[in-house]
Amino acid sequence: MRTFLWGFILVALFVIAFSRPFARADEFTDQDLKNWDAAFQGVMKEGEKLFHSALGTNAVSCDMCHPNATNTHPETYPKFQKQIGKVVALRDMINWCIQNPLEGKPLALDDPKMIALEAYITYERRGVKLAPGKH
Amino acid sequence: MKQGIDRRTFLKETGTLAAAMTLPVGLVKIAWGAEREETFTFAYISDAHLTQIEGNRFVRNFDKGLQRAVLEVNFMDPPPDFVVFGGDLAQLGKKEEIDHGLEILKKLTLPVKWVIGEHDYYLDLGKYWEEKVSPLHYSFDHKGVHFVTLASILTDDDWTHNRWPSPEERMRQMARLDNPQGSPFMVKKAQRDWLKEDLSKLSRDHPIVILSHSPLYKVFKPWNFWTDDAEEVQAILKPYKNVAVFHGHVHQILYNQIGRISFNAFMSTAWPWPYPVSYSQVPNRVPDITVFMNRADPFKERDATGWGGIDLAGGRSFAHHYQLWENSPRTLKKSPEGKHPKDTQYQNKEDRIPPQRHY
Ligand code: HEC
Ligand SMILES: [Fe+2]
Ligand SMILES: [Fe+2]
Repeated sequence: MRTFLWGFILVALFVIAFSRPFARADEFTDQDLKNWDAAFQGVMKEGEKLFHSALGTNAVSCDMCHPNATNTHPETYPKFQKQIGKVVALRDMINWCIQNPLEGKPLALDDPKMIALEAYITYERRGVKLAPGKH
Repeated sequence: MKQGIDRRTFLKETGTLAAAMTLPVGLVKIAWGAEREETFTFAYISDAHLTQIEGNRFVRNFDKGLQRAVLEVNFMDPPPDFVVFGGDLAQLGKKEEIDHGLEILKKLTLPVKWVIGEHDYYLDLGKYWEEKVSPLHYSFDHKGVHFVTLASILTDDDWTHNRWPSPEERMRQMARLDNPQGSPFMVKKAQRDWLKEDLSKLSRDHPIVILSHSPLYKVFKPWNFWTDDAEEVQAILKPYKNVAVFHGHVHQILYNQIGRISFNAFMSTAWPWPYPVSYSQVPNRVPDITVFMNRADPFKERDATGWGGIDLAGGRSFAHHYQLWENSPRTLKKSPEGKHPKDTQYQNKEDRIPPQRHY
């Protein structure tokens, strides 16, 4: 019985150590980086499309007022929004603009469309220093 | 449709008495050392972008903007001599949108001078506009000032005629401001030749006002805050001593001075645009002398929109009044001695306030 147990542990250790060496967290490859960037770019491009389409009920789109996603200031979130009276996330303001200028229904905060919009908005702001809380 | 409106309708439509109290009545006339010349005022309304949703449904927000401008201009006291509409009446150049705009603007009790914008042009290349609204370029004289209106939103023939599968697609492409597939605005040679000829009858110190939709100088190409042959147009204007250019398109307070030519833009009645300094990825040429309007409050849909009033004293000096809704009005003045127009309150850097900082 004891021998059997030791045998089992040895086999288990062997499996962990050698069977899936590429799954180690710190050992990704250039190809992985390319794939992950492509995944991001895909979502970002989807966000660009959403940003330029009528997401609400009135034919209005985000880019009409925010060309190249300007004046969305993702680097300043979370921040105090005086009209809401508390510290809010970028997503809250995205939803605010969907509900008001676009006269639409708010997105769930984890809706893939919300993630895509954020990907595009932050990508257009790449390189700008983080400034949480800045108004 | 009844022409004009009475005060009761006006108060009802603008909502409150308070709104009426803050009306821009009695624009101050400015006439520095201009004894010989007549002083007069005209109003400037621009970029209404009326957007058809379906059938007779239009975007409420943008309708409200134009309607409010019409009501307020009708109540200017003393009344202006005429109104300039600076272009972009429609959003996608549709007949329904242009008709809807004419219906709203019919309530103006004053004559209107029309400038065409790219949103009015690129569906049918100005055909309906010419039929129903106005010629695309023309000139007129008013109290000693020569006015010239240009269609500055033309672009190259290949983009216009060969690039897109349908007129609707061409219109949609041009309507997208941040479109990498866009094409720069131009006045083009035929109109430049006409302009040169039109001005040739005038003496060098005859006051001239040019009305265009795009700025006749270069601010930011990615958003067509830009006219590609601006230098050629400026060269035609250069010999004249008193030239002021008024334009729309940029949906913001923007002013500049190049040699003896001053340039000035007013707000849209529909929505404000960010200043190009806010796009961190591409350099811009926003004029250093412009004091920016306050950053808009997204919770007040009329904020950073509005209209303008212009007092001209023989074209040699002027005062521009920006009637900013939800914000204090601003005034820009230029005296004959002044090098460039100056905001009466905020021109000095140390006098500016935090909302004027854009990033
Ligand atoms: C009719 C005009 C209009 C439309 C359309 C519009 N917005 Fe806005 N939005 C504004 C204005 C004006 C502001 C305030 C800008 C500022 O703070 O300088 C704003 C603010 C924001 C902010 C907060 C910016 C900040 O500085 O904190 C975000 C995020 C935003 N909008 C996202 C969107 C998205 C996403 C859409 C499309 C779903 C959209 N907006 C559509 C006018 C608009
Ligand atoms: Fe416009
Ligand atoms: Fe325009």
